Amino acid sequence: MLEIKNIVKQYANHRALDDVSTRVEQGSIFGLLGPNGAGKTSLIRIINQITAPDSGEVFFDGQPLSPDHIGRIGYLPEERGLYKKMEIGEQMLYLAQLKGLSKQEATSRIKHWFEKMEMQSWWHKKVEDLSKGMQQKVQFVATVVHQPDLIILDEPFTGFDPVNVNIIKEEILSLNRNGATIIFSTHRMESVEELCDSIVLINKSKKILDGKVREIKKAYRTNTYRVEHLSHDVQLASVEGLFAIESREDKGENTALTIKIAAGRTINDVLAHLLPIVQIHELKEIIPSIHDIFVQQVTTKASNPLISEQE
Amino acid sequence: MNKILLIIKREYLSRVKKKSFLLVTFLVPLFLIGIYALTIYLTAKSFESNHAVVHLIDQSGLFAGKMNNNEQITFLEVSDDIAKEKARILNEEGKTFLLIIPPDMAESAQVELFAKETASLGVQGDVSNQLEQVLRDIAYAEAGIDRATVESINPEVHLSAKEITEEGEKDSSAGAAMGIAMSLSIVVYICLFLYGAQVMRGIIEEKSSRIVEVIISSVKPFQLMMGKIIGIGLVGLTQFILWIVLSSSLMGVASVGMTDGQEIRKQLTEQGLSGDEVQEVAKSQDGMFGKVTRELGKVDFQTIVITFLLYFFGGYLLYSALFAAVGSAVDSETETQQFMFPITIPLLFTYILSFGVLINDPHGPLSFWLSMIPFTSPIAMLVRVPFGVPTWEIVLSLVLLVGGFILTTWVAGRIYRVGILMYGKKASYKELVKWFRYKG
Repeated sequence: MLEIKNIVKQYANHRALDDVSTRVEQGSIFGLLGPNGAGKTSLIRIINQITAPDSGEVFFDGQPLSPDHIGRIGYLPEERGLYKKMEIGEQMLYLAQLKGLSKQEATSRIKHWFEKMEMQSWWHKKVEDLSKGMQQKVQFVATVVHQPDLIILDEPFTGFDPVNVNIIKEEILSLNRNGATIIFSTHRMESVEELCDSIVLINKSKKILDGKVREIKKAYRTNTYRVEHLSHDVQLASVEGLFAIESREDKGENTALTIKIAAGRTINDVLAHLLPIVQIHELKEIIPSIHDIFVQQVTTKASNPLISEQE
Repeated sequence: MNKILLIIKREYLSRVKKKSFLLVTFLVPLFLIGIYALTIYLTAKSFESNHAVVHLIDQSGLFAGKMNNNEQITFLEVSDDIAKEKARILNEEGKTFLLIIPPDMAESAQVELFAKETASLGVQGDVSNQLEQVLRDIAYAEAGIDRATVESINPEVHLSAKEITEEGEKDSSAGAAMGIAMSLSIVVYICLFLYGAQVMRGIIEEKSSRIVEVIISSVKPFQLMMGKIIGIGLVGLTQFILWIVLSSSLMGVASVGMTDGQEIRKQLTEQGLSGDEVQEVAKSQDGMFGKVTRELGKVDFQTIVITFLLYFFGGYLLYSALFAAVGSAVDSETETQQFMFPITIPLLFTYILSFGVLINDPHGPLSFWLSMIPFTSPIAMLVRVPFGVPTWEIVLSLVLLVGGFILTTWVAGRIYRVGILMYGKKASYKELVKWFRYKG
């Protein structure tokens, strides 16, 4: 869907994007993650052709990005708003027409969405007469009314109230099921982690890693598990060459252990050792969250399996 | 292109549909007509004045029987008892006056007019006119001059200034030209600021309501800026054209109804004025209206209206681009002050000069150059046009104006595209230069 190649964006005294490349698969949900000021919004503005990169290229469906693609992108900026004194219906119509829809088509699409979101009666209302939550719904409809193939949402869940977040999440997922590619951009990584198929992590204008969430997590597995067993006065100890106990938590009837399995051994080996000794209550692999991976990446600058692989 | 049209349409309709637009469009001509009508009404009203009674004590004996009663004044000759007459005046209601002509009136030329309230200027003027006429008649008689002969000698010279142009001679009118030039410079000066500020406010509104990024993900920032500038410019033109049409048609109706010379003549006759006096009044009426009409007739209104619309629109495009750049650089209207200064200066400079230098010397070198420089030409050229300007100068100045407008739009566009995305950042001139240099 989208191929971003070696984008560099330089502002007077700081470099917003430094040689960033990544790709967004057709029909996927893609997370563009990084702390505030990392360069996410700069990248999104380049994709939306609001600004142009100093060097590098973006390909949309294999073609270099051009104004023809604008109508196929729906963009919900982080800094968003509507004309306060304009009627909602008229405003929607205007925004949809700017995206290239004919007046007739725009009208029928807007009516369809208004019905879907239960806001038919809002057509002649002005934005300033709507509640904040209602405005958010209108804003969302304005983003997707022209049936874009690519929907870019910058910090979509900040500023939305929880009820609307759920409604809108559902709508986004259903748009995705119908073929739309979604890009989430956020600094709150945990908020989109479970939604995203792939991510790219950006920090201080550089890409630090990208790929499928599943693969990234796999690469960052630490072979750490959490084992909860019935206590029964049994005190488990680390076994050299099999597993080491990193922490122990007494939970009354149960005891919870965090164990790290030695290299070359599997959880099955550990279970084989444990089963005769204790009654297992719960077993769970401790997988690092994207946030943990990010923190690990930027603080330790430790080995990076994915990037070293590529280089 | 299609998108620019959409933007122009929205900017235009959202303003034209506002109640305030309709209100201003219709109230301003009505206001002008109102003032016009009021002036005429008051003028007419002054003819039907209240009647005054003047009690006359003529101690000189020169005036007895020579004072004429008219619509304004009735003269009553009374006894010579000054004290008694004064007491009577005190008890009288209304406009009763006591005119005392002393015995040495012919030499001292002093008379006294008593009343409970000071006499109006009309009555005072009428009384002294009549006294003077009587004295003049006496003087004529003593010198052996026939009054009728004197009155028949009444030379009047009509000087008409003519300009020699290539198309031949034509009437010129410095008076009317000056008046029109001054009004044009005021109107253009005010309107450039008025509509330029509307562009600026519109941009600040889009920026502060945060809709701007939603829109420029669909259109280029430059398209948004131009759409807004053109849309608001068309609002301005619409307003002017409506004003011109409404005012001139209302003026037409008002003039026909109120200033018909025949009508006034008839009225005056009905009010009982003698034929001579009617003739006098009508002549002065005709003279006043006729003079104004004649003067205005010499002015080429068609050229003035067309050049006005061209220079207003050109100047507006040039300056509104600068206003747009300012609007994009700030977060609220209160921050605009520091950037407004350099925009205001050339306009203010020309505006002030237009009253002195430009009007007095409309064809001098300073006037010429100011009407060529795009930043000052919208005012300077309009001030000169009523005095007659060669066509080539107007064409050259318009070409330069278009060039200036392209330049400012280009500069403003580069600042605008960066500025509208800079939230909560206080911009300085240094910053603007930096934005201007950004690529893409």
